[in-house]
Amino acid sequence: MATIAIPGQIGEAAEERFRTCPDTGLHVHAKAETLIRVNLITAVTFLGIGGLLGLLVALTRWQAVHLLPAEMFYMVLTAHGAAVLLFWIMFFEVALFYFTSAVVLRSRLATPNIAWLAYALMLIGALTATVAVLQGRSSVMFTSYVPLQAEPHFYIGLILFAVGMLITCFIFLGTLVIAKDEGTYEGSVPLATFGGLTGVIIMIFTLASGAIILIPTLLWSVGIIGHIDPLTYKLVWWGMGHSSQQVNVTMHVVVWYTIAALLLGARPLSEKVSRSAFLLYILFLQLASAHHLLVEPGISSTWKIFNTSYAMYLAVLGSMIHGMSVPGAIEAAQRRLGHTKGIFGWLREAPWGNPAFAALMLSLVMFGFLGGISGVILGTEQINILMHNTLYVPGHFHATVVSGTTLAFMGVTYLLIPIFFRRDIVFPKIAQWQPYVFAIGTAGIALFMMGAGTLGVSRRHWDITFTDALITFDYPATAFFMLGLNGLSAIIATVGGAMYVIVVVASIVWGKRRTEEDAKTNPIAPGAAVLAQYGGEDTFKLPGTIVLVSVFFIAFALYYFINWRFLAGIWPMS
Amino acid sequence: MVERIGAVSQDEPAAGAAERDERPPFMQRLLDNPFLLLFIGVTVPTVLYLIWGILEIAQIPLSPS
Repeated sequence: MATIAIPGQIGEAAEERFRTCPDTGLHVHAKAETLIRVNLITAVTFLGIGGLLGLLVALTRWQAVHLLPAEMFYMVLTAHGAAVLLFWIMFFEVALFYFTSAVVLRSRLATPNIAWLAYALMLIGALTATVAVLQGRSSVMFTSYVPLQAEPHFYIGLILFAVGMLITCFIFLGTLVIAKDEGTYEGSVPLATFGGLTGVIIMIFTLASGAIILIPTLLWSVGIIGHIDPLTYKLVWWGMGHSSQQVNVTMHVVVWYTIAALLLGARPLSEKVSRSAFLLYILFLQLASAHHLLVEPGISSTWKIFNTSYAMYLAVLGSMIHGMSVPGAIEAAQRRLGHTKGIFGWLREAPWGNPAFAALMLSLVMFGFLGGISGVILGTEQINILMHNTLYVPGHFHATVVSGTTLAFMGVTYLLIPIFFRRDIVFPKIAQWQPYVFAIGTAGIALFMMGAGTLGVSRRHWDITFTDALITFDYPATAFFMLGLNGLSAIIATVGGAMYVIVVVASIVWGKRRTEEDAKTNPIAPGAAVLAQYGGEDTFKLPGTIVLVSVFFIAFALYYFINWRFLAGIWPMS
Repeated sequence: MVERIGAVSQDEPAAGAAERDERPPFMQRLLDNPFLLLFIGVTVPTVLYLIWGILEIAQIPLSPS
C-alpha cells in the first residue's frame, strides 16, 4: 500500500493511501475500496433475504401450492419488493458509483467520512422500512399507493434510505471534480465513468420525485395532512418508482461494457456514439414512467403519447445503440485476438466458462428480447390496454431488473471480489454454472408471468380462483398452468441465487488470497487497461453482430405487430 | 473593446488562433460538462413529466358536492 501526497494540501490530511491493483493496474483509493466492499456485502445480504421472499410469493401464486395466507402474502410481497428492487440493487449501485468514479479515474473519493454517513443512513433506512413491513401493518406493496397507508416508520425508513443515496450521488460528482482538479485523467472521462454519471443524474431526479411525494405521505400517515390526491400521488411516485429502474438499466449497461473491457479488452464500437446513447438516457429515459398512467382518466393522450410513444422511443434508441455496441465491441475484440473463423467463430470461441462473461451475454440477450421488447409494448398507449396492471407488468420488470440488472451485477461480482477483496473465487464449478441456472429460472419467471398477464391475470391478486368472492371470474386453465410453471421457474431461480450467495460469501471469507504472482499466472482481467481509457474500436466490420441485431429487429417487429393483431381481435372494426 | 467570437486580430499569434479553431465541438463540450448534463437531466423530466402532468391533473374539474 503506497501513501501519496494530494497536491494542494498540507499535513496529514493531504496523505491518502492508494494501492496499485496487480490484476487491473488501477490505482485504488483505500477508503473507496473499503466502502465498495461494505456496500457489496450489504447488497448481497439483501439479495439473499429478498430472493427467498420472492420464492414464497411465487409458491403462493402457484394455485396448487398456494403457500401463504392472504395477509402474509401481501406482507411478503411488500418486503420482497423493497429488499430486492430497492436495497439489493441500490447498495450495489453505490459500490458501482464509487468504482466508476474514484477507481476508474484513479482518484481519491470525495469526502469518505460523509460516504460512511450515507451508508449508515441507507442501512438504517432499509432496516427501519423492513421492520415496519414485517410488523404487518405496512403491507402496501412496492408502490404504496394512497389511500393504502403504512406505519410512519415505513416512510421514514424510505426517506432515510433516499437521503443516503442522494449524498452518494453528490460524492460521485465531487469525485469527478477532484479527479479533474488533481489531473488524474486527461480529456474526456472513460465510458464507464460517463455511464456512472448518467446513472447518478437519473438517480437525482428519482430521489427528488421521491422527496416530493414521500414527505407529504409521511405527514399524511401521522395525521398532519388530511388528504393526498391518489392520481397526483401516482404520477409523482412513478417519477421515483420507474426512474429508479432506469438507473438500473443504465448501470447494467455500464456493467456490460465493464465486463467486456476487463475480460477481453473490448472498447465500445464508437465512444462518441455510446456517450450519445447515454445522453438519450439522460434526456428521455425517466419519461417512460408515464406508461404506468396510460389508462388513467383525467390525463390527456397528448401527455401520455408524448412521454411514452415519442420521448420514450428515443431512450429505446439509446438502448438499441448499446445493444449493438456491446456485442459489437466483443466481436471486434475477439477478432483482434485472432478468433476470426466465419461469422460466429468469435462467439463460439468466447469464454463461456467464465461466469462474468456468461452473465454478461445472458443478461444482454434476456434484457433485449424479453425486457426491452415487452417494455415497448407496455409503453404504447393503444396496446398497453391489453395487459395494463396484469401479471404481464411484473413479468416485464423481472426480465429487466432480474434477468437484466441482477444477472449483470452477479456477473461483475466475480471480477469485483478478486479486485477489491483480493480473494480467489471458490467453488469455481458452481460459479461457472450459476449464471445459466439463474438465467433459466428468471427467463421462466418473466415469460410465464407475461403469459399469465396476457390471459388477463391481475398483477396483485392473491387468489385467482376468487374463493368466497361475491363476484367471481373463471380464468382459462392455461393461466393456472402458467402460474405453476412460474413457481417451478422461481425454484430454479432461487437455486441459482443461492449458488451466487454461497460462492460470494465463501469467496470473501475463505477464498485464497490473491498475490501479485497470481495476477501474472492466473489473470482475471487481462483487458483491464482499456477500462480507464477514452476511445472506441472504430470499426463496423462486424458480420456476426449485424446478423444478431437483425434477428432482434425481426423478433421485435413480429411481437409488436402481433400485439396490434390481438388488439384488433378485442375491438373488431366493421 | 468587445471582440467577436471567432474573430482573429491582426497581432494575435498564429498559435493562439489555431488553438481557438480547435475548440472542441458543441456535443463534446456538452458531454464533458457533468453539471450541465445534471441540469438538463433533471429539468427535462421535471418539465415534461412532472409539471406538465400535474398541470393536467389540476385542470380536472371538481365534482359538485
